Amino acid sequence: MSKTAKQEVKLKGIPASPGIAIGPVYLFRKHEPTIQTRTIDVGEVGKEINRLQNALARSKKELTKVFDFAEQKLGADQSKIFEAQLLLLEDAVLFEVVYKRLKEERKNVEFLIQDEMEKYHRLMMASNDQYARERADDLLDVENRILRNLEEYKLVSKIDGSHVVVTHNLAAADALIFSRNEVMAYVTEIGGATSHMALLARALKIPAVVGVHQISLLAHADDPIIVDGYDGTIVLHPSPEMLKRYEKKKEQYHTFEETLAPLRELPAETLDGHCIKLAANVELEEELEFIKLQGADGIGLYRTESLLLGEEVFPTEEEQYEVYHRIAESVYPKDAIIRTFDIGGDKFMAQTVKENNPFLGWRGVRIMLDKPQIFLDQLRAILRASKKKNIAIMLPMVTNLKEVQLTKQLIAQAKDDLRARRIAFDDKIKLGVMIEVPAAAIIADHLGREVNFLSIGTNDLIQYLLAVDRGNDIVSELFQEFHPAVIRFLRRIIERGKQKHTWVGMCGQMAGDPLATILLVGLGLDEFSVVPNAVPEIKKIIRSIDYTEAIRVAERVLMMQSEDEIKTYLKNLMKRKFPDIPIE
Amino acid sequence: MIEREVTIRNRAGLHTRPAASIVKLAAKFQSEFFIEKDNFQINGKSIIGVMTLAAEQGSKLLVRFDGPDEEEAYRAMAELFDSGFGEPI
Repeated sequence: MSKTAKQEVKLKGIPASPGIAIGPVYLFRKHEPTIQTRTIDVGEVGKEINRLQNALARSKKELTKVFDFAEQKLGADQSKIFEAQLLLLEDAVLFEVVYKRLKEERKNVEFLIQDEMEKYHRLMMASNDQYARERADDLLDVENRILRNLEEYKLVSKIDGSHVVVTHNLAAADALIFSRNEVMAYVTEIGGATSHMALLARALKIPAVVGVHQISLLAHADDPIIVDGYDGTIVLHPSPEMLKRYEKKKEQYHTFEETLAPLRELPAETLDGHCIKLAANVELEEELEFIKLQGADGIGLYRTESLLLGEEVFPTEEEQYEVYHRIAESVYPKDAIIRTFDIGGDKFMAQTVKENNPFLGWRGVRIMLDKPQIFLDQLRAILRASKKKNIAIMLPMVTNLKEVQLTKQLIAQAKDDLRARRIAFDDKIKLGVMIEVPAAAIIADHLGREVNFLSIGTNDLIQYLLAVDRGNDIVSELFQEFHPAVIRFLRRIIERGKQKHTWVGMCGQMAGDPLATILLVGLGLDEFSVVPNAVPEIKKIIRSIDYTEAIRVAERVLMMQSEDEIKTYLKNLMKRKFPDIPIE
Repeated sequence: MIEREVTIRNRAGLHTRPAASIVKLAAKFQSEFFIEKDNFQINGKSIIGVMTLAAEQGSKLLVRFDGPDEEEAYRAMAELFDSGFGEPI
C-alpha cells in the first residue's frame, strides 16, 4: 500500500495564549458515560456486588458532604433536595431488586441500575403532582452519580509524551487536569480569547488558539500540527518549508523574551520618573514562583474561584486560609490583592440556577451578599492571612455604594469574630472594588471615596459596554478594546476615581496588551496587573517612554473616532519605538 | 393480613419528610407493607415508591400489612398518620 503524504491544511483561529508549539495531536473527546450491557460470569457476581456497594458508599459520602454544606450555609430550602437524594440512594426496595436481578440475570450493575431506575423515573414523570415530577429529576441526578462512581471516572491524566491537545471545547477544569501532563498547546473549536480556559492557558504559559472551526473533524490522533498562539494560525501536516519557517519564528520569540530577563529587578518607571505599579494576575499557586521570576510588583488580582474548580461545596474558612496564607507569605513584602468569589449562579454548587441572562444576573458580589455565611467564611480567611499586613480585599461586579457598605459591615463582623477567637489580623486591611459594570464606572467618584482602590476589569466592562459576549466567537471582532467609547470610559473612571488615598488600576486583559500600554499610562493609570508572561514586556515599554509623551498620546487618541484609527495610530507608534516587539 | 384506610392529615401532604418517616418506620417491622391509592399500589418500604404516591392533604390511602408483626406495624403506622407526621395540620 502506498503512503500518500497528507495535504498541508492551514486554518485560522483566535489567538488565546502566546507561544509557538510544534508537535503531535492528541484528540480529546469529553467523556460521556456510555452504558454497555454485559453478561457476567457466576464467579464475578460477588465482585460486581462489591463494585456497586463501593459506588453507593462513595455517592453517599459525596451527597452527605453536599447536604451538610447546604444545610449549614445555604438554608433548609436548598438542602431539602440533597436530603431527598440521600434517601433515594438508600431505597431498600430498589437495591433489593437490583441485587436479585444481578444474581438471576447476571447482567452488569450499570445496566440494572439504569433499567430499574428508569421504571421509577417514568412513573414519577407521569404523575399529576409537581412534587413527584421534581423528584424524578432528583432520581436522575442520583442515577448519574451512581453511574459515575461505578465507572470510577478516571479523568484523562496520563498522556504519553508531549502533545498538542485538540478538542471541541475545553472547560477550565479539564485544562487544569491536562496541564499536569506534557501539553505543548491547546486548540479548541469554539470559545473566545478571554474565556476562562484561555486565561488559564496564559497563566500556565501554554500556547492556545480558540475558535478554529472544524478542527476536531480535520485533525486525527498524532497528526503533526503547528500552533501559533501569537496570531492564531494552525497548520496541520506542515510541509518541510513551513516547519522551518515556524522553527525560526519560535527562535525569534525566544530570543526576544531572553532580552527581557534583566528587567526583573528594575521598577516600572518612565524615563521622566513617573512610577507605576506593575503587578501580576494569579489564579493558581503554581504561578507564584513564576511571578517572582518575572519581576512582578506583587499580585494585583488573585482569583479565588480557582478554589471552586471541580468542587461541589465551598471550601471551609480553614481550607481557604491555608491557601491565602501561602500566597501572602510567597509575595511578602510585596502586596497581594485577593478578590472575593466571582462566580455566576450557574457555578453555584452542583445544581443549576436557571437564569435566562446569567451575565446580567446573580453573580459576583451579589451572590456573596445573599449568602453571608459563605461570605463571612471567606472574609475571615482573608483577614487571617493578612497578619503581615500585605493583603487587600477586592470585590467583583460592584454596581452601587450599598454593596460596598454592606460588605464593610460584614468585614467588621468578621473582625469581631476573629478578635473573640484571639486571632491576629490587619485591622487596617485595604478594600477595593472592580470597576466592570458601567454604572460603577459612572459613579467611580462615589466609590473612590468609599474604598482604597479601584481596579478596572476591562474583560467584563467592555462586554457590558459594547453588548458583546467575550466567549462568543461569532461576534469576537466586535469586542474592541480600542473602541472610542471604551477609551472615554477609561479616562472617566481614572479621572473621577482617583482621590488622595485611592488609586486606580487595571486587571483586565487590556492591561497586558502592549499596544495599549502607552495609552493607559497617558490616561493616568496607577497600576497594571497583568498575566505573569506579560510583565517584562510591559515593564520594558513603560521604562522606555516619557510620561509627558504618554499624556500626549492619550490626548490624541481621545480625539479619534474609530477603532481602526486608534489601532493604526498605536501600531505605527509601537513599530517606530519598539521595532523588536512583535505587534500584530 | 391487615388492610385499613388511613388519611393524610397534614397540610403539606406526602412530601420528603413524611415519606422518609413512613419508610423508616416500616423498616422496623418484618411484615410486608403496601400502600394503595386510586388502585395504584406501591411498596411502602421503598422511598421512591412512597414519593411517587404524591398524596395531598385529605387523600385516603389503603395500607396493607402482611407478616408476623402486622398488628404492631399497623398500629404504629396508624399513629404516624394520625399525628399528621408531626407536622402542622
